[in-house]
Amino acid sequence: MLTLTHFLVLSAILFSISLAGIFINRKNVIILLMCVELMLLAVNTNFIAFSYFLGDTAGQVFVFFILTVAAAEAAIGLAILVVLFRNKRTINVEELDTLKG
Amino acid sequence: METIVFYVFSAFMILSALMVITVHNPVRAAFFLVLTFFASAAVWLLLEAEFLAIILIIVYVGAVMVLFLFVVMMLDINLTELKKGFVKNLPLAVIAALAMFALIYMVVGGEQFGIEKFAVPERHAADYSNVSALGQLLYTEYVYSFEIAAVILLVGIVAAISLTLRRRPNTRHQKIEEQVAVKGTDRLQVVKVEPQPRKHQIVNSEGGK
Repeated sequence: MLTLTHFLVLSAILFSISLAGIFINRKNVIILLMCVELMLLAVNTNFIAFSYFLGDTAGQVFVFFILTVAAAEAAIGLAILVVLFRNKRTINVEELDTLKG
Repeated sequence: METIVFYVFSAFMILSALMVITVHNPVRAAFFLVLTFFASAAVWLLLEAEFLAIILIIVYVGAVMVLFLFVVMMLDINLTELKKGFVKNLPLAVIAALAMFALIYMVVGGEQFGIEKFAVPERHAADYSNVSALGQLLYTEYVYSFEIAAVILLVGIVAAISLTLRRRPNTRHQKIEEQVAVKGTDRLQVVKVEPQPRKHQIVNSEGGK
């Protein structure tokens, strides 16, 4: 018998894994972007689980919009990454210190 | 039956997500991310979100992950430099992940969202269409948000192209606007040539004999 808790715990695990990924791969921007995609996937799974168990389709509409925004975000992020690599010949986060942050 | 399907695909999802964050080669990480997306599409199918499961595979696996792979393969990345600090950050990452999971579990655990609070809903009949239900909601109640989503995608296209566009002045390429705007008089110049007397030529040819 699948309850709502199953799906919520699954997405919590996925979210924690992607958080660990952000800590582990502190230098590689590509893996960082992939971890952000994983986080969004976990959030979307939450939305769909609640939408199913509450019987409200509005949650799926939200997932639709999140997917749209995530696709645009990935496209722009990768474009920025390409420009970055073209100018600095590296994607190491620690070398991106032009702004003295 | 459903429980078995759920656990199998959840195991796939979690294992491939772990591989995404631990594998050193970004190309392999992208492929494992594709596997994660496939498994989570199966989990979404269990939740009767058929349209979104298909969209996840078509848009994410078909477009976004291919974009990732393109970028990963185009960039000439020095992997050994990026691998440093992997082990150093590992304990911190495990602690952060466990703390995060504990916090989320305190919220979403069995007490708040258990079976007695949220009963498992009835499955829809076989002729139920998730696509038409979603479409009716999307084109009536959320139509403005839908249009904003379209504008966001347009902005994404424009931003991605304008960021990566570069004009190199020393390459040879067509200038379409100049080609279209050209007139006949720019290309062809009619020169009035005065007729020359042929006397010299005759003399020359005679001289050649």
